[in-house]
Amino acid sequence: MTAANGKKHGKKEQTDRYEIRLSGSGGQGLILAGVILATAIGVGDGKNAVQTQSYGPEARGGASRADVVVSEQEIYYPKTMKLDLLLALTQEACDRYYPDMKEGGILVIDTSLVTQVPTKKYYGFPFVRLAREEIGHAMVANVIALGAIAELAGIVTKESLKEAVLERAPRGTEEKNEKALELGFKIAREAKRKA
Amino acid sequence: MKRSGIGKARLLQGNEACVRGALYAGVEFFAGYPITPSTEVAEAMARELPRNGGKFIQMEDEIASIAAVIGASNAGCKAMTATSGPGYSLMQENIGYAYMTETPCVIINVQRGGPSTGLPTKIAQSDTMQARWGTHGDYTAIAVAPSTVKECFEETVRAFNLSERFRTPVTVLSDEVLGHMREMMVIPEKGELEVTERHKPDVPHEWYKHFEISPSFVSPMASFGEGYRYNVTGLTHDEDGFPTANPIEIKNKMEKLRFKIERFADEIHKIRMDMMDDAHFTVVSYGSVSRAARQAVTMARERRIKVGAIQLRTIWPFPDMKLREMFAGVRKVIVAELNMGQLVNEIKRVAPRHTEVFSLARYDGEVMTPHQILEKIREVIK
Repeated sequence: MTAANGKKHGKKEQTDRYEIRLSGSGGQGLILAGVILATAIGVGDGKNAVQTQSYGPEARGGASRADVVVSEQEIYYPKTMKLDLLLALTQEACDRYYPDMKEGGILVIDTSLVTQVPTKKYYGFPFVRLAREEIGHAMVANVIALGAIAELAGIVTKESLKEAVLERAPRGTEEKNEKALELGFKIAREAKRKA
Repeated sequence: MKRSGIGKARLLQGNEACVRGALYAGVEFFAGYPITPSTEVAEAMARELPRNGGKFIQMEDEIASIAAVIGASNAGCKAMTATSGPGYSLMQENIGYAYMTETPCVIINVQRGGPSTGLPTKIAQSDTMQARWGTHGDYTAIAVAPSTVKECFEETVRAFNLSERFRTPVTVLSDEVLGHMREMMVIPEKGELEVTERHKPDVPHEWYKHFEISPSFVSPMASFGEGYRYNVTGLTHDEDGFPTANPIEIKNKMEKLRFKIERFADEIHKIRMDMMDDAHFTVVSYGSVSRAARQAVTMARERRIKVGAIQLRTIWPFPDMKLREMFAGVRKVIVAELNMGQLVNEIKRVAPRHTEVFSLARYDGEVMTPHQILEKIREVIK
C-alpha cells in the first residue's frame, strides 16, 4: 500500500502546470512535434511531461492534434483542461481549439494558412512558407514552430529541444532541422521584441 | 540523451511500458491478435521479444492466441497476450481452462467501449466485472490496474509475479487513454523490482502430483518434457490431473482454486491513497480515472473540502477489509468509473453502515474530467 502524499494536506493546486496543444492537419508532423517537445522537457530538462493525442477516425486526415502537459510536480490529470499555449497551423484547428484556451494564453498561428484570427493578441508566423523558402523543405515547418514555441513559452531549454529534434531527425537532415529550429528561435525573439 | 542525474529516463507509451515490464519480468512467449487500442503491445513485442531470446507469434484470432499462451506456459515459459474487449470475450473459454489447469499467464486488456466491437478508439472501464466473472464456473480471479505509464510497467511485472506465484491467469486492466499516452519513466535497474519465478517440483518423478492439495494451496509446477507424468484437462480433476466425479476431490479442487488466492489476498492488494488522513469524503476509482480524481481532490482541497482519493491498483480480489478500514472516518464515498456502474456495487457491499455511496458513471467514450468529479463532490457534500 502506498500513501503517496498523504501528508501534503491543503497542497496547492498545480500552479506550475503548463498545457500546450499543437494542432493543424494530418501530415504536418504535429504528433511527432509533441513527442519531441515532451522528450525535451522530460528527458532533457528532467521535468514531468505527458503527451496525449486524439485517436480514431477524426485523427485521420482532417484535424490533427497533440497535447503536452508540463509540470515540476507529479502530473495528475494527463489531458489538458485550459490551454496555456495553442499552436494552430490551420484555420479549422484555430476555430476549433481557440475556445479551449486560458485567458491570457499564448496563441501561435501560421499566417499563411490561418486568415481569420479570433483575437488581436496572437503571434503569427508563416511557418510553412518559411520552411519552404528559407530551409528548402516544407516538412520542417513543425520544427520551426517548435523553436518559436520554446522562445515564447520558455518551458523548455533550447539545448534540450535541439537534442530531442536531432535525435528524431532522419539521417542527412540534421543540418536542415537545426537550421529550422534556430530560425524558429529567431523569428519568435524578434516578434517578442516588437510586441 | 546523456544528462547527469536523470539516468535512463525516457518517454514511453503506456502500451510500450507494459512490454518493457513484461521483458523485465522475464516474458519468453507472446501470442496475440492485434486489436485497437492494444496493438502497440503486439507491435513492440514483435520487435523486442525475438531480440531478447523469446518467441512472438501472431495467431489467427484471440481464441488461438490464448491457447498458444497456455501451451507455452505449460512448456515452462512465462507467457502473455494483449487484447481489448472483443478479444477478451473470445479468450474467456480458454482463460477458464487456464484457471482449471492452474496455468500461469498474463492477459493485458487495454479497455475500450463495448459491448461487441463497440468503440475501438475510445476509452471505457466496462470490462471491470468481466475480469472477475468472464468465464463460467466458480474461481477467484486476479486483476491489477495501472493509472500511469510507470504503473503500466510495474503492474505488468506484478501480474507476472502473481500469476507465477499462484499458478493462475492474471489480467492487467489498462485503458485506451493510458495505453496511448506518453509519459516520463525511468526503467528500473535489474533487481530493483522483485521478479518471481515458478515454483518447480523437487521430488522424485513418481511422487509428483501436478495438482497436489498442499497446505500452501499452490502446488509446484513441472513443465512438459521434464520427465514428470501428469494429465492436463479442463474437466474437474484429481491431484494427478485425471477427471474425477468424487465429491471430496471435486470439493478440494474447487476450494483450492479459491483459497490459494483468497488466503493471500492481503499480499495481493495494492491501494494508493491521496489526502486521506483527515478525509470525510473520498473518491474511489482505478485506472486513468484515478488521475482525474487526484486532480479533482486537489482542487476541492483548495476550496477547503476535506476529501481524499483512493486508487485501487488491485481490482480483484476485491480489497474488502482494507477499504472497510479506510472508510472508518468517511461519511460519503463517490465511485468514479467509465461504465454504467460496476465497481460501485462492490463498494456498496463493503461500505460500513455510516458511509453513503454515490455513483459517478460516464459511458460516452470520453474521459472523466476533474471538473466533473469536483462537481459531484460539491453535489454530494451538501
